[in-house]
Amino acid sequence: MTSPVSRGFHRLSRPALQESGKVPPGQHVTQDFPVLSAGPTPHTPLEDWTFSIRRGGQTLKSWSWPQFLRLPAETVTVDIHCVTRWSKLGTVWSGVPVSSLLDQVEHDAEYVMAHSDGGYSTNLPIKDVSGSQAWIAFAYEGKSLAPEHGGPARLLVPHLYFWKSAKWVRGLELLDHDMPGFWESYGYHNYGDPWREQRYAGD
Amino acid sequence: MLLDGNAIGGLLMEVFGTEMTDAQATCATCGAVGPVADTAVYVRGPGTVVRCRNCSSMLMVISSIRGRNCVDLSGMAVLEPRPSQ
Amino acid sequence: MAGTAVRGRLSWQVAAVAAVTQETDSVRTIALNLPDWPGHRAGQHLDVRLTAEDGYSAERSYSIASADGEPASITVERLDDGEVSPYLTEELRAGDQLEVRGPIGNWFTWGPHDGGPLLLIAGGSGVVPLRAILRHRDRSGSKIPARLLYSSRTLPDVIYRHELDQYGGSAEVRYTLTRSQPPGWGGFSGRVDDAMLGRIAWPASQRPLAFICGPTPFVETVAELLVTRGYPASRVKTERFGGA
Repeated sequence: MTSPVSRGFHRLSRPALQESGKVPPGQHVTQDFPVLSAGPTPHTPLEDWTFSIRRGGQTLKSWSWPQFLRLPAETVTVDIHCVTRWSKLGTVWSGVPVSSLLDQVEHDAEYVMAHSDGGYSTNLPIKDVSGSQAWIAFAYEGKSLAPEHGGPARLLVPHLYFWKSAKWVRGLELLDHDMPGFWESYGYHNYGDPWREQRYAGD
Repeated sequence: MLLDGNAIGGLLMEVFGTEMTDAQATCATCGAVGPVADTAVYVRGPGTVVRCRNCSSMLMVISSIRGRNCVDLSGMAVLEPRPSQ
Repeated sequence: MAGTAVRGRLSWQVAAVAAVTQETDSVRTIALNLPDWPGHRAGQHLDVRLTAEDGYSAERSYSIASADGEPASITVERLDDGEVSPYLTEELRAGDQLEVRGPIGNWFTWGPHDGGPLLLIAGGSGVVPLRAILRHRDRSGSKIPARLLYSSRTLPDVIYRHELDQYGGSAEVRYTLTRSQPPGWGGFSGRVDDAMLGRIAWPASQRPLAFICGPTPFVETVAELLVTRGYPASRVKTERFGGA
């Protein structure tokens, strides 16, 4: 049975408003910033917050919040794409490039797992967090990142679906072998390229 | 968005084939028992995450992948539907 | 990961809009023509699915506004940034089609056999399932004592006011207005707090049954206040509303 059309109903943002070439397949542009999470918003006090790079159970390097804020940071304007089909264009973030953090440790790992307060995780190839592709972001639109959007700091990897941009990130674990993180374990694509519409495992 | 188990009543009927909001759920982490209706439910994300209201551990994760619902119940020690009236 | 795709007895039915009634500026009741509706219990909800010409579809849940035995109707509040509620409250008209599945929800329901005394606390559009409960109580001739505390922003925002005021002595209805009150207002003002509950809530010793419905922060605040007043958590039923 095909569903009857409800006369006059249409999606909130019409495809005609999308700039051609800027929006990956199956996405629509939104003006607001939906808040999605898999669990309650953590509230780690800044005096207890650390960001660590770990490998094999060992901490290779760690920064406290004041140390983290003293690192060179940059402001970037990027488009973000959520697997739930909304895209937001021209979002402005300030953050520390992940590459500058990884450059401070010696390693030959090929993959990382980002770990967040509350237990969320997501896996990425090292090459996807190198260069100007990934940041640990602490500000959005010139203001400190709000807790519901991942503050005090979140991972930002705009070239992949936004579930890879882990909110409340507290560290990167260097991996020898790729391992699925939270949503990747529940059937979502291991890599998540929105331009190839890699939403689910097997896409 | 944070709601409760009432909000996913329809989804749970799809997954389990029966009404589940009044089913009694026992958390595998803290042992708390209560109706599914009272669980903390996170919707509108890639999947739906159902958490224990007492300890916030995950009870259920439901992913809708290509039109099929996949459910992980490993956070639930017991899930006992009420007998139908 | 355990995978399952069990097909339940719950399936989508095509509904036609029988009538629309404007309740307030932003709230509308939609009466549905559902030939295969199995009937519902007060407090339950149904899921609505709308499909656009391009195949895009959206689903939302709405509490059923009518009592057991009445035709199913829903009351929808227009949310400014919503995708579905502006359509349902402004565009939809009698004769239009949508899909419905339900009724859903065996926990947040009430019938006379559930006993009382009943304490119903509504935040905004959370009044919808509680109105269904009061209608059912009234239509079934139940004498179980009932009180409704209904929180709205302003008097024009109060839904079903005329109907709720008709209950008179048999069910006590009290309003609190949080944003502004008309001149000479004799009801409560401000958010529901412990002092206000002190004036309307049944003492815990009477073993009341409470139903709280509204936005998540409202429900959590009020539920905690009742539990602090000695209501057992198992006698406080909650339903949290989301958006759009």
